[in-house]
Amino acid sequence: MPVLDVQNLRVRFETHQGTVEAVNDVSFSLEEGETLGIVGESGSGKSVTSLAIMGLVPSPPGVVEAGGIHFDGQDLAQLSQKQLRKIRGGRMAMIFQDPMTSLNPLITVERQLSEVLQTHEGLSRRDARVRCAKALGDVGIPNPEARLDAYPHELSGGMRQRVMIAMGLLCNPKVLIADEPTTALDVTIQAQILELMQRLQHDHGTAIILITHDLGVVAGMSDKVQVMYAGRVVERGATLPLFHKPLHPYTKGLLTSIPTIDGDPNETLSSIEGQPPDLAHLPPGCAFEPRCAYRVERCATERAALEVVAGQEGRSSACHESDRLANETGQELGGAR
Amino acid sequence: MSTDRTNEPLLVVRDLVKKFPYGSQGLLGKPEGYLHAVDGVSFELERGQSLGLVGESGCGKSTTARCVIGLHPASSGSIKIDGQEMVGAPSSEWYAMRRRMQMIFQDPYASLNPRQTVGTILEEPLKLHTDKKPRDRRLKTLELLDAVGLNPRHINRYPHEFSGGQRQRVGIARALALEPEMIICDEPVSALDVSIQAQVLNLLKDLQQRYELAYLFIAHDLAVVRHLCTRIAVMYLGRVAEIADRDELYTRPQHPYTRALLSAIPLPDPVAERERQRIVLTGDVPSPTHPPSGCTFHPRCQEMAGEVELSCTTVVPQLEPVEGSTSCRTACHLRARESAQAHGNATGAPAG
Repeated sequence: MPVLDVQNLRVRFETHQGTVEAVNDVSFSLEEGETLGIVGESGSGKSVTSLAIMGLVPSPPGVVEAGGIHFDGQDLAQLSQKQLRKIRGGRMAMIFQDPMTSLNPLITVERQLSEVLQTHEGLSRRDARVRCAKALGDVGIPNPEARLDAYPHELSGGMRQRVMIAMGLLCNPKVLIADEPTTALDVTIQAQILELMQRLQHDHGTAIILITHDLGVVAGMSDKVQVMYAGRVVERGATLPLFHKPLHPYTKGLLTSIPTIDGDPNETLSSIEGQPPDLAHLPPGCAFEPRCAYRVERCATERAALEVVAGQEGRSSACHESDRLANETGQELGGAR
Repeated sequence: MSTDRTNEPLLVVRDLVKKFPYGSQGLLGKPEGYLHAVDGVSFELERGQSLGLVGESGCGKSTTARCVIGLHPASSGSIKIDGQEMVGAPSSEWYAMRRRMQMIFQDPYASLNPRQTVGTILEEPLKLHTDKKPRDRRLKTLELLDAVGLNPRHINRYPHEFSGGQRQRVGIARALALEPEMIICDEPVSALDVSIQAQVLNLLKDLQQRYELAYLFIAHDLAVVRHLCTRIAVMYLGRVAEIADRDELYTRPQHPYTRALLSAIPLPDPVAERERQRIVLTGDVPSPTHPPSGCTFHPRCQEMAGEVELSCTTVVPQLEPVEGSTSCRTACHLRARESAQAHGNATGAPAG
């Protein structure tokens, strides 16, 4: 049984410009110990998806509707805020992008961390302190005892992100949602944090939802990848085949448009033409149609559903032309490069 | 566009130092110390070429660029543009120089005035620096919009009516308005989405060829720099750790920091990404107010382990040519010793 199962999740925001459908009909499931990468650009709905699962979408203006969000067999959509609070931060935790704004600047690291243990496990202050020090040591913070008394501003960016991760993992969650956990960090620190997350996942069997725009991070960390565009999942599949033969034109466009450190630097980057769509005024057909190199006539009026692609085991794509992409010969991406 | 009167590079920077005072006691009190944001940086930029300055946050790459364009006065050293010394030059000389040197900023949202139309924004440099008539200015503005791939009919729109990528194009058009010889690009694509990043990079490359521009390109992303720059300087804590031609730097990095930096970039290829050996540096970048002694990289250096006879912890290494390379210079005691040994073998063999 999957540890997390999301069915037909929809989130919309009522704004002055009209209704913005930030997340539209998103379904997915996550097995124990698995990593799901959610990839997309700004406005694709990847962060809102995770906030909706955690019950953190502000309402109003947000409206969340779901066919069911089952965590460990329990439907989160049916729970009260009080019941949700018991799960949130305990068995299901989240790491945010910017550790400076998500840690309270006025209280020490110890108080922020021990609050989690006092809330979820009812530990005493003294017992909590011991556990917190151990947690900081686990995430590679040198001299953890002394760091407990530090305030967030006394730590570097990498250290703060480690504190966030330590906080997320304090109660050994079954599911950890990491929303752009390394985007604000430098590459050498990013490498440290990613290695740390992999090690902790290995030790505790935590399932991770990794939200990022960086395809390199996803390539190294995820078992499965889900690509989102304008609030919908456009492609999903196991990481390897998805990178080697994308079955949605958007995924393909993303993969070919990133500069790499081993490609031909004199070649013009193939870019996706046009601009991302305005979420308040989405076209009636496929949202990617105006920018798509594979579009056919019906794309403008008829949106393709996310369906399993024939002959491609375990892979689905929301594109009328996915067969054409699947049967395309020529250069394969990724390994052949 | 260029004067071509000498063969010397368009931009020559020598021993550039920029220090900021910190922790002053009281209004007139003496500062506690100085933060050396840029500490003895030297490089050249040829006409029509592009030099990348890369490094992590706090390495001094942006401060260097800001000194070059005169937004920060340099503390010491020399900045020569087309043979003219700009350190200590009066503001009138800087003003004249800005015609030939422009800047593109990182954040396209913050660097355009939200109350001005795109037409007004692009016209301003023409008003200030040329004696073009209003009609000609308008024509030039339309031409600029076309050159950066924006619809000239959008000339009366405001910045908020554009997307992030389009706004960055407006910033580029503004930098092009005075037909400069050099453009300083400070992280021009790092705020943009992946699909838009490629468009803007292609545009920058295309404009460089069309107008023979020289770029001083600041970025933290080594993959982006590789695409646009023919020569690259890697900075660490205010100093240049290594400077080399592109192919040399990416295939045979010399400085331990460059090696770690290259190996830390996640590859968008699951097979290669999972198979490769990654050098994971320990620790953080030290505080620039209290830099480590000797080579500032030594506390994190993965190659220094077990080296006791070298002076990594005590003596600051100088940028020196690398044996067997024509383009690369690096500041590392280990590489210097290897070069010396190779040299010793070559000359010492007949004698021995």
